[in-house]
Amino acid sequence: MSYFTKLNLAFIGISLLLTGCSSLEPWVQPYEREILADPIMSFAREPSIDSHFSHVYEVREGAHGGGTSVGGGCGCN
Amino acid sequence: MNHLTFNLNHKTQQIILSLLLIGLFTFNCEMSEAAVLADDRADIMTHYYSGGNVTAQGPALLVRKGNDKSYSIFASYYVDNVTSASIDVEAQASEYTEKRDETALGVDYLYNDTITSISYNSSEESDYLSDNVNLDMSQEFFGGTTTFNIGYSAATDTVKRVDNDFNEELNRYRYRLGLSQILTPNWITSFGFESIAEKGYLSNPYRSARVLGAYVPELSPSTRTSEAYSIRSLTYFDWRGSVRFDYRAYTDTWGIQSDTVEIGVSKYLGSKNILEISYRTYSQNKANFYSDNFSAEMVYMARDKELSTFTDTTIKAKYTYHMFENDNGFFSKGTFTSSIGLIQFDYDDFTHYQTGEKYSYKATVAQILLSLWF
Repeated sequence: MSYFTKLNLAFIGISLLLTGCSSLEPWVQPYEREILADPIMSFAREPSIDSHFSHVYEVREGAHGGGTSVGGGCGCN
Repeated sequence: MNHLTFNLNHKTQQIILSLLLIGLFTFNCEMSEAAVLADDRADIMTHYYSGGNVTAQGPALLVRKGNDKSYSIFASYYVDNVTSASIDVEAQASEYTEKRDETALGVDYLYNDTITSISYNSSEESDYLSDNVNLDMSQEFFGGTTTFNIGYSAATDTVKRVDNDFNEELNRYRYRLGLSQILTPNWITSFGFESIAEKGYLSNPYRSARVLGAYVPELSPSTRTSEAYSIRSLTYFDWRGSVRFDYRAYTDTWGIQSDTVEIGVSKYLGSKNILEISYRTYSQNKANFYSDNFSAEMVYMARDKELSTFTDTTIKAKYTYHMFENDNGFFSKGTFTSSIGLIQFDYDDFTHYQTGEKYSYKATVAQILLSLWF
């Protein structure tokens, strides 16, 4: 079994494990989430700026992935 | 033939994976609470990068509009006007200018508590074309305290040279998983995983390796598989500010391992201003077929500084001004944001081709952004 076949199966398995789990009660109630709605509590407050920084790093560092950039292109010579 | 088999396998996997995920997410948590689509919004940005004798600048536009209930369409346009005389170009070629256009179009579809996102983006420059198709799904659980994301991308790149008819193909497949968790009323965290498989031409047609001081065309392996694991944390404090912590661990089949750490502090200044200061550090070891100067010819040889052992550190400041908020006007909210980042690159085993000293350079990244909600 190839690595990516295993990866696909893992994706599907995780989805199956989550079946029906939405009926559990949250421990942080909706009325307690005012602070979490504040702009400074967002991981992606300015997606355009985040995407530009991700592109700058992706073409200059050996590591790629795990960030906000999914586009291609080079611009790196 | 192997190339064809690889493509067929992944295309089959893509179709099966997509159908299964759509089915599973649709029926899993049908009775859960409703998720929310992203706000209708327009971003107009100008961006700038300068460092290592490379300058890239241009405009970017992002527009998102939906019906608040079931769908949100988004489109973006991004331009890089590049002038490059980087050390890699200096050693073997001359300065050049080129333009890169990136366009994207996608739709988010909300059904019960599941958001399905399908998008296409394309990047085009004179010697590099890239077409990407992306499928992402997110599902809220436990009354909205937990969000699970899963995504898949398939890309086909065409690598060319401007001075001859060189033309090679590269296929890229990205698998990603994410989990965001509200831990307390003022603390949220997320975990991410992404694996990328690439097959095709993974070298740079302009760059050379060095063997006993002589330059020869570089050659990289034709496959590469990587894994990236990330954890993020964001905590609110009573001084009207938040602290963000990000960490990413990366490894790939070329032997590169890297760590990325970023810490950011955001704080309200008055009621309309937000200042964010952040620090990021990145370090990696070299690929197993990298050398600054090979002592003998090898099957695979590269001297790309991106594949060497190096560190880079970034100090970034971002300022956001809330211009207005008006529920009755066409635009409900407007913000102005300016950001600047200073990056220092220090290479351990990549030397300047003239001086022989370890190479290093500073770069500046800046953006000015106008965001309007409607």
